[in-house]
Amino acid sequence: MQTALSHADAVKAGKRTRRLRTINRYMFVIPGLLLFFVFTILPLLVGAFYSLTNYNMIQPWSFVGLENFKTLILEDDLFLTAVQNTLVYAIIYGPTSFLLAFVLAWVINNLKFRKAFTLGFYTPTLASGIALSQIWLYFFAGDRYGLFNYYLLKWGIITEPILWTTNPDTIMPVVIFVSLMMSMGNQFLVFLAGLQNIPKDLYEAASIDGVKNKFQEMAYITWPQMKPQLLFGAVNTVVGSFGVFDIAVNIAGMPSPEYAAHTIVTHLYDYAFTRFQMGYASAISIVLAITTILLGRICMRVFRTTD
Amino acid sequence: MARAKQQAIPRYMLTQQTATLPSSAVTRFFRRLRHIRRWFKLSHFLLYIFMLALIVLMMLPLVYMVVTAFKPIDELLIYPPRFYVSSPTLDNFKNLSAAISSTSVPFSRYVFNSLLTTVATVFLTVVICAMCAYALAKFNLKGANFIFAVLVMALSFGTQTTAIPSYLITNALHLNDTYWVMIIPKIVSSYYLFLLKQFCDQIPGDFIEAAYLDGAGEWTIFWKIIMPCLKPALSTVIVFAFVANWNDYFNALVYIQDQAMKTLPLALQLINQTGTLSRQGAMQAASLLTTAPTIIIYVVMQARVLDAMGYSGIKS
Repeated sequence: MQTALSHADAVKAGKRTRRLRTINRYMFVIPGLLLFFVFTILPLLVGAFYSLTNYNMIQPWSFVGLENFKTLILEDDLFLTAVQNTLVYAIIYGPTSFLLAFVLAWVINNLKFRKAFTLGFYTPTLASGIALSQIWLYFFAGDRYGLFNYYLLKWGIITEPILWTTNPDTIMPVVIFVSLMMSMGNQFLVFLAGLQNIPKDLYEAASIDGVKNKFQEMAYITWPQMKPQLLFGAVNTVVGSFGVFDIAVNIAGMPSPEYAAHTIVTHLYDYAFTRFQMGYASAISIVLAITTILLGRICMRVFRTTD
Repeated sequence: MARAKQQAIPRYMLTQQTATLPSSAVTRFFRRLRHIRRWFKLSHFLLYIFMLALIVLMMLPLVYMVVTAFKPIDELLIYPPRFYVSSPTLDNFKNLSAAISSTSVPFSRYVFNSLLTTVATVFLTVVICAMCAYALAKFNLKGANFIFAVLVMALSFGTQTTAIPSYLITNALHLNDTYWVMIIPKIVSSYYLFLLKQFCDQIPGDFIEAAYLDGAGEWTIFWKIIMPCLKPALSTVIVFAFVANWNDYFNALVYIQDQAMKTLPLALQLINQTGTLSRQGAMQAASLLTTAPTIIIYVVMQARVLDAMGYSGIKS
């Protein structure tokens, strides 16, 4: 076989292997991209389509143009409340959780017992959200049997129990606090891995070049080197904080007292699964998607890698 | 350790020099003293205390969960509740099936459902996402840049925004109310693809080129070279995907109507709905059983996830 190959045969064989290689190469991407398209991109397109219709899952849909968006922005006062609450949550929770995860990852990376600390901070993220929020709810119970009320009363800091999860003034702070406590988020691990990914000789070189302390190291090496991970974390945080739903519903209920924890996604679920106005709900989800995509763009500007 | 030395170069060089001198017991003592002093700097000490306090606060619910799961019924009813248990018992775990009284589905069935769907999803996620990410990063395929741009855009909208149309799509594909609906839609997530692609970019091209010259085929290169290189990233993806799927509440709630196919988070909710104080024991026992696997997976994977050596192999 081997000896009998002529030049022409070899060229043909080369072409065949190359074609085979191209087919093989596409085989690598096709399964992933197909699933990605059907379950991530297609839903967005379908959602965009239904946002222009009136559809309640029983009657056939009818085209209404931008009517849903008009109602949403001009007439739906509850939506404006939801936007306001979500913004408050996102502005406080988003940057806090992002910086907390980064600073903690950075500090831990410089400490002894790194693995133990990592496990300690990451465990709440691992635990089931349903289980944890149920326990936090008990800690914040509004009567004197709630753990926090019990100790605050005992130590004389307050004279009567605080209705943490039923008083509209305290609901949002409690939701934000519990969100922060319940999850460092996955970005915490990504940050840690990124920190360890930075080549050690960069720090050595920098100290020869006159970088003196940890803060200069941070500004000149760590932060620029971490940009890909930071971008990932930032986008993650934007989506997470604008998509607040589970914790708000678990802590404050649905609907929450005086709609104090009524968020965009709560509003969406209200219309989708209790009123079955799928067209209107799709419009809400499109507004949310556009918001997070725009903010994601801004994050990409901020954390652009320049090399 | 290594980092601490690098940070103070002059002192580091000094110790290097003294090390070449014949070291007496006295110089050894002073060197060690300096080492210990550096360790116990007050700011450092306060930092450790602060970090520990933060961990204690965050772990409080988990401590409560573990302790309550082992409490006998009389200790459950004590007020104020205590953060320790005097006579631990396994009764709560034995009573778990009784706790889910409204259905005939045993607790073990929820465990099986969760295990099946999670393990299948994670396995397929690792293989399919790694293949796709590697191809996007290294094959110079037509349209790869465009696909990556779409991928990055997809990162910035959550599953909440696509929940409604996703339901309509799985319904049209006749996936609803089967185990498949808990697996197929969740295999490829833009997060995992993005993460893996970022790591694939760091694999040096000449590494792969050399393998081509040695006559290795695409699949051999993928399995023998790329997958080992990706190990740290894959460990991260395994942890993320396992935790996300194991704790996923929404999909099992919406896509599955048959109680016998539902997963652990829904079992938790079911027990919680009957929430009297004495049920707290069963609730926390179930919570503990639900939480334990995710923590175990993480502890097993942690060494790899955070292993700096794995990365230093990729760089160079």
